[in-house]
Amino acid sequence: MSATTDQGTRFDTGEDLAPIETIRRGLAVSPELKEGLRLTLVLAVVASFGQVIIPIAVQQTIDRGLRGPGGPDVSFVVLMGLVAAVGIALTSTASYLMTSRLFRTSERGLATLRVKAFRHVHDLPLLTQNTERRGALVSRVTTDVDQISQFLVFGGLIFVVSIGQVLVATIVMVAYSWQLALVVWIAFAPLFLSIRWFQRKLTAAYAVVRQQVGVMLSAISEPVVGAEVVRSYAVERRTQDRIDTSIDAFKSASITAQRYTVVSFSLGGLSAGLANAGVLVIGVLLGFAGDMTSGKVLAFAFLVTLFVGPVQMGTQILTDAQNAIASWRRVIGILETPADLVDPGPDGRVLPRGPVDIAFDGVTFAYPGGPPVLHDVSMAIEAGTRVAIVGETGSGKSTFAKLLTRLMDPTEGRVLLDGIDVRDVAAASLRRSVVLVPQEGFLFDDTVTANVRYGRLDATEADILASAEELGLADWVAGLPRGLSTRVGQRGESLSAGERQLVALLRAHLADPDLLVLDEATSAVDPQLEMRIGRALERLMNGRTSVTIAHRLSTAENADEVVVVDRGRVVQRGPHADLVTQSGSVYAGLHDSWVAQRSTPTA
Amino acid sequence: MTDERGGSTTGEGFAVLGVAIRREPWIFTLSTIGSLLFGVMTVADAWVLGWATDHVVVPAFRDGEIASGLLWAVLGLFMAVAVLRAVGIVARRLGAGLMQYRMQAHSRREVTRQYLSLPMEWHQRHPTGQLLSNAYSDVEAAWGPIAPLPMAVGTLVMMVVAIIQMLAADVVMALVGLLVFPAVVVANLFYQRLSSPLMTRAQGLRAEVSEIAHESFDGAMVVKTLGREAEETERFSARARELRDVNVRAGRIRAVFDPTLASLPNIGVLVVLAVGVERVLSGATDPGDVVTVAYLLTIVSFPIRSIGWLLGEFPRSVVGFRRTQRVLDATGAMPYGDVVLPAPATGARLEVEGLGFAYEPGIPLLDDVTFDVGPGRTVALVGPTASGKSTLTHLLARLFDPQHGRVRVDGLDLRDLAHGTLSDSVSVVGQTAFLFDDTVRDNVTLGADVSDEQVWAALRAAEADGFVAALSHGLDTTLGERGTSLSGGQRQRISLARALVRRPRLLVLDDATSAVDPEVEARILATLREDDRGSTLVVVAYRKATIALADEVIHLDGGRVADRGTHDELLERSAAYGRLVNAYEQAAHEESAR
Repeated sequence: MSATTDQGTRFDTGEDLAPIETIRRGLAVSPELKEGLRLTLVLAVVASFGQVIIPIAVQQTIDRGLRGPGGPDVSFVVLMGLVAAVGIALTSTASYLMTSRLFRTSERGLATLRVKAFRHVHDLPLLTQNTERRGALVSRVTTDVDQISQFLVFGGLIFVVSIGQVLVATIVMVAYSWQLALVVWIAFAPLFLSIRWFQRKLTAAYAVVRQQVGVMLSAISEPVVGAEVVRSYAVERRTQDRIDTSIDAFKSASITAQRYTVVSFSLGGLSAGLANAGVLVIGVLLGFAGDMTSGKVLAFAFLVTLFVGPVQMGTQILTDAQNAIASWRRVIGILETPADLVDPGPDGRVLPRGPVDIAFDGVTFAYPGGPPVLHDVSMAIEAGTRVAIVGETGSGKSTFAKLLTRLMDPTEGRVLLDGIDVRDVAAASLRRSVVLVPQEGFLFDDTVTANVRYGRLDATEADILASAEELGLADWVAGLPRGLSTRVGQRGESLSAGERQLVALLRAHLADPDLLVLDEATSAVDPQLEMRIGRALERLMNGRTSVTIAHRLSTAENADEVVVVDRGRVVQRGPHADLVTQSGSVYAGLHDSWVAQRSTPTA
Repeated sequence: MTDERGGSTTGEGFAVLGVAIRREPWIFTLSTIGSLLFGVMTVADAWVLGWATDHVVVPAFRDGEIASGLLWAVLGLFMAVAVLRAVGIVARRLGAGLMQYRMQAHSRREVTRQYLSLPMEWHQRHPTGQLLSNAYSDVEAAWGPIAPLPMAVGTLVMMVVAIIQMLAADVVMALVGLLVFPAVVVANLFYQRLSSPLMTRAQGLRAEVSEIAHESFDGAMVVKTLGREAEETERFSARARELRDVNVRAGRIRAVFDPTLASLPNIGVLVVLAVGVERVLSGATDPGDVVTVAYLLTIVSFPIRSIGWLLGEFPRSVVGFRRTQRVLDATGAMPYGDVVLPAPATGARLEVEGLGFAYEPGIPLLDDVTFDVGPGRTVALVGPTASGKSTLTHLLARLFDPQHGRVRVDGLDLRDLAHGTLSDSVSVVGQTAFLFDDTVRDNVTLGADVSDEQVWAALRAAEADGFVAALSHGLDTTLGERGTSLSGGQRQRISLARALVRRPRLLVLDDATSAVDPEVEARILATLREDDRGSTLVVVAYRKATIALADEVIHLDGGRVADRGTHDELLERSAAYGRLVNAYEQAAHEESAR
């Protein structure tokens, strides 16, 4: 088996996606985000008027209430106050509606994105034949999505409001005095013009940040997943150093990214000062030209704060957005990595129930970028036979199991079940009929019952006990601390490796497949129990097809037919009794060493 | 695992911040000074505006002329204020960021140190996904309030300055304005009380989502081969939906409070205007003072929200802090003694005495196990599945301490040994190989100072040299997370080489070559036996060829030593032993008899 699966098992990082494109695709994946967006935007504009109500009220009060032609006009001031209060109530309501709508649509959209990405990860080849880091995959459906959520509901909201406020402030400013409005915009021009530059810097900086998160999570998972090794070799120090390095790298990346944000933000502060000064000076000068009142100049001073606040908020969010967009890219990257195994879905063909016959038709398999593991294999296996595939470590025998169960598709040629190309079989039908028991049968952190039931969801406890009885495992089940209710722990690690294999076998047996593929499925079980299970399976496999891959040749001895694989080719086929007599053959060699190691030199 | 303590978290939130401030006092001081500068300059802005109103704008419009010097002064004043304010912003924000990221790093270091020191029992009880969530998102949540902290402190000061200015301008209007601040605080307290339980729940759900994703991806092979993608997606999606619903509910609460908090100062301004007009009419104050007070309230109204943001972060922060604290407060780290094992160039003596071990009281996995292995001897542990063999090897590596009895190496109880000294002499290779996300070389050396020749020698002894040499970068090839790009047998051999390169004086193999062909296994074990150092070897084995290499066999059954002796003696004495080790012949015999 090749160890260098460099290409094809990686996923699209999405790193070269432009921000706008990212958002466009993000919206396409989560259509909920667009739901009622128009009304939300209208509400945002209404809400942003809330910010101008007060300056207008102040200006009106000063110009017409305090400095009215007939002296201060109390009733006008009161009227003004009431109008403004109603305005605040209206805009506050709009703000409430907008915020709760934004929360609802964003959270719904992101839940969809999260679930879609999760589902898609299960279709990626790298999960089962992988070079990539699982920690990083996990982060794409957890922290990356959280990051987008933080942005959409807080940043996105404030950003929308900010833009609305800037527009409203500009409109009002122009209404007061287009000249002063121009002054304000000129003061902010350097900031606006430099935004793109900051954006580029930030995009790069945040890509590094998100990448470092993945590295850090991967490092942190080492002492958690590999607790045993870390302890037995007393490499706590070294593990901690590696973690510390990743923690520091993440910290530095975050600080670097933040620097750009800070600089752009302070630039906003400078622009604000310039705008204020400009408004007063130019306003006074305009006043000499008779174009301006003192009330207007003062109102403008208020309007400038209205302009400054949202502009600063907006630039701030635009920079924060880079972090979220980096995350969004990564999640979209997952979704856009093509699944290697395409389920023909409802168009797929359904395997008839009953024993399956198997045919390999010119099958070659190579991991992407690697040398072929199987070379042009053609063979047929009759329905209802028990076949053992044997060969040395690295001969490619496990590849048969993965191709038969469609964990991978052949590079060339076809794998046929009941005459149907497996690629044309509907996934549901394939998984119903064909079950693989791998060497390391993964268990979920739950009870034995729950894990076994994974094979058949509607199985009752009685069904499970009956299956255990059939497999000769009733004693073992009875001996578990809490019987079937015993919890198996993380990855099943409260059980021994042999016991985990027993649970996996039970699970597969309960699934009641027509073709059972065992890939070293009892390698960690003691010989006596293994033989007992073997005999039970022999009985149970009546009327089914079974393919067993094992280095314990005891299975081969009892199989109807043995297929001998050597360096990716089938070199011998036939019943054990025939093959073993072909002296000098690969099988004879394997058998000799099997006999040698099962018998003691002294015995 | 969620913490359901709800209620107001304000006090605890401040306590969490206190931790951060004590930890990073200088950076906090710097950013607070920056924030103060910013605050003072923001108020100064208002003052400059007021001054400009009274001395420039109003006279200019009244008189129709103004000295150009005054205009320049306005320009200069505004710019000076702006520059100082920018300096304040830089100091405040860089400081806040630095403080936040440094605190995150501190916490992550502490949490991961705990992961490294807490015992295996603890790890068995805590899902990987949850621990990753503790180290990542809980830490992030805990220190979330640091970002708005300096701003909030600055705002407080700004408020004080603004209040003084307002008081100076006009006491009555100022008092009206002052009502705004307590109103904001009260509104915030309400907000905390309502949203805190939701935040707690959300943070717990984030951990659950991470747990499910981790486990599901880990078990991808099973999920895929049994076609359970839909069920897994449903399991994940149920939690994701719950998280969504909690977030939406929290959002609705926020939607109420955001405009409320924003409106309070605005309402204050309106009231000030009304009162102000009244006072101008009665001649108690100038229009300029009305402007000043109104303006002060307006400019404070924006930053005053930062206090809201700070308090708004509290529920999440407190929850995250509690969750990380639970890891930090966990006890049971394995105590070490200070005895260093001497390392003569001979095999170690192993003595196991009355060993008893149980994960759960009343269900012993090992019961009164006693045996000893002399230096240089080889012992095979033989027993049926679930007879306690693996548990025994775990105790030999001191992954767990026994409840009864003791394990001694060269006469020293493992519990008296200093950290690290046991692994210098004893290596245990487990059934499942764990590989680090690292190069082949580093996976073998684990940082130990050994030459490449020694690495190759170890790989050769483990029969791993062939496939490693064929890897694209040889020893420098990086193995993926958990080494999944290698086959099971290849991984086992790398992990065996890891043990061999240390030239252990006692090597314990727990069925460590189960995924390797018998032939290869036989060669590996023969090499180990021929090693001139005379290492002591304890092998969990089923294969007779392996058992044959042993000087003595310990037959374990049901967690007890059923018998011990040579293979032949046991065969003679024990029918159960015979059935166990002769199962293949038995089967072959029956087969041929059929």
